[in-house]
Amino acid sequence: MSDLLLELDHLACERDDRLLFSQLSARFYAGDLVQILGPNGAGKTSLLRIIAGLTPASAGDIRYKGQSLSSSRWQFAQDSLYLGHLAGIKKSLTPEENLQWFIAQQAVQSDIASALKQVGLRGYEHTPCDQLSAGQFRRVALARLNLSAASIWILDEPFTAIDKSGVAMLEVLLAQHQAKGGMILLTSHQDLALSGIKRINLEDFTSVHETA
Amino acid sequence: MQHSVWAGFFSHLQRDFRLLARHKLELLNPLVFFVLAVSLIPLGLGPEKKVLAALAPGIVWIMALLASLLSLENLFRSDYEDGSLEQMLISPQPLYFVVLAKLLVHWCATGLPLTLMSPLLGLLMSLPETGYLPLMASLLLGTLSMTLIGGIGAALTLSARRSGLLLSLIVVPLYIPLLIFGASAVQTAIDFSQYQMQLAVLGAMAALGLLAAPFAIMGALKISQE
Amino acid sequence: MNWQWFHRLGSPRWFYEKTTGWLPWIAIVTGSLLVVGMIWGLAFAPIDYRQGNSYRIIFLHMPVAVLAMVGYYAMAIAGAVGLIWRMKMAFIVMVSAAPVGAVMTFLALVTGSIWGKPTWGTWWIWDARLTSVLVLFFLYMGVIALQQAYQNRDTADKACAILSLVGMVNIPIIYKSVDWWSTLHQPATIKIVGQSSIDPSMKYPLLIMIAGLYLFFTLAVILYTRVEVLRRESRTQWVNDLLTQSVNKRD
Repeated sequence: MSDLLLELDHLACERDDRLLFSQLSARFYAGDLVQILGPNGAGKTSLLRIIAGLTPASAGDIRYKGQSLSSSRWQFAQDSLYLGHLAGIKKSLTPEENLQWFIAQQAVQSDIASALKQVGLRGYEHTPCDQLSAGQFRRVALARLNLSAASIWILDEPFTAIDKSGVAMLEVLLAQHQAKGGMILLTSHQDLALSGIKRINLEDFTSVHETA
Repeated sequence: MQHSVWAGFFSHLQRDFRLLARHKLELLNPLVFFVLAVSLIPLGLGPEKKVLAALAPGIVWIMALLASLLSLENLFRSDYEDGSLEQMLISPQPLYFVVLAKLLVHWCATGLPLTLMSPLLGLLMSLPETGYLPLMASLLLGTLSMTLIGGIGAALTLSARRSGLLLSLIVVPLYIPLLIFGASAVQTAIDFSQYQMQLAVLGAMAALGLLAAPFAIMGALKISQE
Repeated sequence: MNWQWFHRLGSPRWFYEKTTGWLPWIAIVTGSLLVVGMIWGLAFAPIDYRQGNSYRIIFLHMPVAVLAMVGYYAMAIAGAVGLIWRMKMAFIVMVSAAPVGAVMTFLALVTGSIWGKPTWGTWWIWDARLTSVLVLFFLYMGVIALQQAYQNRDTADKACAILSLVGMVNIPIIYKSVDWWSTLHQPATIKIVGQSSIDPSMKYPLLIMIAGLYLFFTLAVILYTRVEVLRRESRTQWVNDLLTQSVNKRD
């Protein structure tokens, strides 16, 4: 039986006076790959940001390993990795310099060169990121996945801007992480060629459905 | 493997100094403005040395304030726009040191050069000789406070509309004590060769700022993500 | 300790319903105090031996200047309460206190200027008090402008709370600095109103005016707060009932 890692308890999110979703409860276990579904504006990104700890929820609680997030914030920060729409990569620095900074944030020391090689950026370690293509730029951010020891990955549209080989590479990474007992929470508009995906559709939690 | 807080702090310093080095030309903007603005004074008021010398301490200090204001806009802006700020906010590294590092690098990039350039501006304003050292000493401490206080304004206006003017409106009233004691330090040094009191007050303000400003900035940065 | 009243205070609806009953009384007391104070001060208090009749503006100027600063502290404390206890009402009070305090500050500037004309012969002078009030005015403007600049209302509230707190910490520093600065440049500062040297016959109308203006400030903040409560709770049932009630009454 897998460990219970994350539990959402009647989560609600309000944006600009609109209630995006409410009464969202779910349980995530080690080895889960969870996809959040919903149309544009449904609150997928907002949900991921709430879980990552960037914005507070309007109502409800999140528990990490049984403890409320508000009291285990530091532990959760150590064990999670968030990759949002914005990559957090500095364009005037090289991939190597960017990743050095990320390593110092989250406790892991690893081989930057091999991490970059695994995302297909061998040879580009010392090229300033503003000289990379959009796809390559995105891959620099993905290289963090190879360097991090975090068990929970929170990925917002990780497949954007990367080509087919990149998509395949990422899917392999995700499967490996699942196998190791990690947990992945992601959104994607693309079809995923992965097995065992748990899906949560935010449309099930909007107030429109509640009155029905 | 745990990284110490010091290692994290150092990584922020390293990153920001690297970014500084990659954008060297941008460092010049506040400095050029500094010289330009001071040059307007004789052009507007006439070149008579006595008049300029009487105005010099206040004018150089005011222009330093305005040049500092100009540079505040970019303190957190680029991190906010490329997502680095998000990563900093959820990182296990304490945010206090992230903010402190950013402020220190910003001061090295703007306040320090302003301070070093101030004798040149004193020259343009016919500042008496006894005023040069006090000018640099007061600006050294004052520009540090300017970065600290200004950082609060920059963080508060990150996700607001029309942030440029708003930033000035918020920050300038808070700068007034700095101006009063800074200009007075130079003037008193010229008149009475004594300016320890003003320098001590400027130092105290900088110390208070170093301690308290990062907390206000941290709160404001968290708000910017909502 | 019975914290119930504290938590009840946090309910916008409770506040609105309670103040509906209190308002007429507060208004009557405020009005009486102000009228009595103004008439006494302007017509019946004795003539000052130095300034003649022109000193009488102090009956308006001093209370208003005091309230300008008290108002900022009230705003900042409301903001702090809102941040610490996540109280909606506290933020609403903070947002309402800002314009009222700003108007008080503006009145202080205008009355100070009116006082200055016969006293120093000029409409404006950079003395310690007027300069401090001017800076206070800028601080208020900053908070109000920050409130307007955010689209998301909750974010705006929190940002203004932080700014008010930063301002609150800075006000003593600013006042002391300006005070010191004015002694630098005007060594012979005439203390227009000595604290202890005020004649008792002038003291009473002044105290009445101070009390009256404190109440006026409270009244104005309550009125603004009620409007803001209605605005923010416009989607709730009780507000809609209230509005339909008043529409029906008109018919």
